[in-house]
Amino acid sequence: MSEFVLQIDGKEVTAREGMTIVDAAKTAGIKIPTLCHHDQLEPYGACRICTVEAEANGRNQLVAACVYPAEKGMVVQTKTEKLAKIRKVLVEQMMAHAPDAPQLLELAEEYGADRDRFDKDPSFCILCGLCVRYCNEVKKKNAIGYIDRGPRREISFIPDVAGKECWDCKECFPLCPTSALQAAYVLTEALATPPEEAQEAGCACTSGCSGGCGS
Amino acid sequence: MPRINSPAELEEFRRSILSKRSDDRPCITLCSGSACHATGSEKVAAAIVAELENHGLTDQVEIRRTGCHGFCEQGPIVVIYPEGICYLKVKPEDVCEIISHTFKEKKLVERLLYVDPTTGDKSSYEHDIPFYKNQQRLILGLNRKIDPKSLEDYLAVGGYKALTKALFEMSPDEVIGEVKAAKLRGRGGAGFPSGMKWEFARKAPGDQKYVVVNCDEGDPGAYMDRSLMEGNPFTVLEGLMIGAYAIGATEGYIYVRQEYPLAVDNLSVAMKEAERRGLLGKNIMGSGFDFTVKVHRGAGAFICGEETSLLASLEGKPGEPKSRPPFPANKGLWGKPTNINNVETWANIPVIINEGAEYFSSVGTESSKGTKIFSLVGKVNNTGLVEVPMGIPLRDIIYKIGGGVPKGKKFKAVQTGGPSGGCIPEAYLDVKVDFDELMKMGAMMGSGGMIVMDEDTCLVDIARYFLEFLSDESCGKCVPCREGIRQMLKVMTDITQGRGKEGDIELLENMAMATQGAALCALGKTAPNPVLSTLKYFREEYEAHIKEKRCPALSCKELIAFHIDPERCKGCGSCLRKCPANAIEGGKKTIHVIDQEKCTKCGTCIEACPAAFQAIDKLSGVPVPAPVPQEKRALA
Repeated sequence: MSEFVLQIDGKEVTAREGMTIVDAAKTAGIKIPTLCHHDQLEPYGACRICTVEAEANGRNQLVAACVYPAEKGMVVQTKTEKLAKIRKVLVEQMMAHAPDAPQLLELAEEYGADRDRFDKDPSFCILCGLCVRYCNEVKKKNAIGYIDRGPRREISFIPDVAGKECWDCKECFPLCPTSALQAAYVLTEALATPPEEAQEAGCACTSGCSGGCGS
Repeated sequence: MPRINSPAELEEFRRSILSKRSDDRPCITLCSGSACHATGSEKVAAAIVAELENHGLTDQVEIRRTGCHGFCEQGPIVVIYPEGICYLKVKPEDVCEIISHTFKEKKLVERLLYVDPTTGDKSSYEHDIPFYKNQQRLILGLNRKIDPKSLEDYLAVGGYKALTKALFEMSPDEVIGEVKAAKLRGRGGAGFPSGMKWEFARKAPGDQKYVVVNCDEGDPGAYMDRSLMEGNPFTVLEGLMIGAYAIGATEGYIYVRQEYPLAVDNLSVAMKEAERRGLLGKNIMGSGFDFTVKVHRGAGAFICGEETSLLASLEGKPGEPKSRPPFPANKGLWGKPTNINNVETWANIPVIINEGAEYFSSVGTESSKGTKIFSLVGKVNNTGLVEVPMGIPLRDIIYKIGGGVPKGKKFKAVQTGGPSGGCIPEAYLDVKVDFDELMKMGAMMGSGGMIVMDEDTCLVDIARYFLEFLSDESCGKCVPCREGIRQMLKVMTDITQGRGKEGDIELLENMAMATQGAALCALGKTAPNPVLSTLKYFREEYEAHIKEKRCPALSCKELIAFHIDPERCKGCGSCLRKCPANAIEGGKKTIHVIDQEKCTKCGTCIEACPAAFQAIDKLSGVPVPAPVPQEKRALA
């Protein structure tokens, strides 16, 4: 695989094709904060805390380092005033949901974020999707997924699958950056819905779920 | 003739169609786009057929149900050729008079003609109506000449000439060269040079490539793509095929909103017709070029207009964006090189190939070539679709074509570019409309929505409305979009409801910066635009809301109150009878009083109060005067 050189925070860094900016920075010992990134999983780019300034092809832009491919000759800045401001706001917005998550507290300390800046909406979930993706990509069980969109987006275990698969796994629990209990809670909630109830509620899907659609 | 196997056969077919037609032959065209459907063009059409039969004229007059003419507010529109007499807001009961007067006696039906709202002048012909006169309808113009379901109509106006030229006289590189030389920029919003985008896809390694039409139009009040797809699906198909040939694709997808059933219908008929004649499918016109196309109906999520989301949706996955690179040109549908353009972009291609890059680039400005279709709506006299050359001043669109603001109200701002566009105030109305000028103004071209607002519109509330829309439509994948818009919306709602506090503006600016900078896709990156542009031009309105709890436009319900001036009230009872909330007390010859507790601030009373009295005031930021005591309410 071909190697090339780029510059991160003034340092010459040698990277290989296929590496993201986060990967390349890691080889040089430069730490870019991440929350939704996991080495075993496909890059996703949801929390955006890894946003960096990158100059490539004559354009200076803000990009998410966990998904953006490292390019030859690229000049990357990971610690600028602008980035600090952005990260501060993002941490504050996530803390409205998970005010005591250790990783967020650590970032709050670093960027001077105020955990009480925004109105509280304690869901304890920042929708990083690590649990969803791990279950899908690594375990290939798809026991957990997203429901709804925008500000109403949530994670949810699929009761039928979870009832069979989660008992002996629970590997997603420790992945959660905000609270392992979050996954446990959502799982319990899903399993606590008796199948008859789900049956009665009806379901319009065609994917053979327990909702009584008969497919 | 069942199948067309060569350009010569196509021309022969075209000649046989034209030989049966003549420019002098009377023809009634009736606009049958979605808007006119809604206002009853169906019944008008039936009436025309019946009436022609009554008069025994069926064989002498041709009837053509066309796509959208653009002047939707005045529909259904009937145009009578060869003269071009234009009748507006035609009802079935008008048809009898149109046939007997205009056809038999060659007289005009005066009451159906266009009347200029400012001068009172009437226009007898389509080309005299200011709304049409000041447009340059390169793309939309064909709509009124063809029945969207008729291949013959399309061939009669020169259809498939561009495809023939591309397939038989040009190499794929020459086609791309022509599009590049024309300097066409994508009409979907971002304005990326189309020729360059095509070239990326052409050069991308891979045997299987795809072309896609993006007909997922979700902007409130905008319907350019719908009208083009409904009115002239053949031209979109022709553009798509030329693109496919240039890029090296043999398969295409047309992604159409589920909410556009007429567009899907007309498109499906057009595809079948083209296939039947050998203008789509294998070995098109004997050229060796194969192209098949499928229609995909999207479920109507705004974010699916974003190209990576659209592709995910096409693949059957949730419509969520992916970060780029890799760009679709390299890794698109099913991981193959894919070129996506919006409907209007594809519709421009036949014009460029037929007329040449030189002609095309002679229209417009240095950086933006050709024409652009705008959807002109809101507080403007002539609403509808307008197509104008790039570089036209905003003022001309709003005043010359749009006829200005109704009811003598004052113009306040125009919002361009859809929900994530920006608001431009009166002081900048002379700005030349093109991609870059609008961007400099803090607005954008977007897909071409243009919403005119008058003095009664609160710009803070408008920005809040667009944020609300975007919050609902955000997919929720990334934090700056999901949380940023949500929190900005909270602050904006507080401000418009009188709970704004010192520091809110700075907080908004701070959040806008983070969302703009860090969001994954264009929805998030542009979402702060409504807030930022209104802050830029109407900051004092924000301050009035926050500091004085006053809405200067007297529009935000929580900040206004209705009050009957005891000096002007004549005790007529009009307002009392109309009030839906029973909030008005009064009686014969008694000064009326509004119970502020019960009042829902609907404004019915102001409308009901006779113009001669104008006794009701809207107040904001000042205390409502105490009601006149019961004993002093009697009027002499």
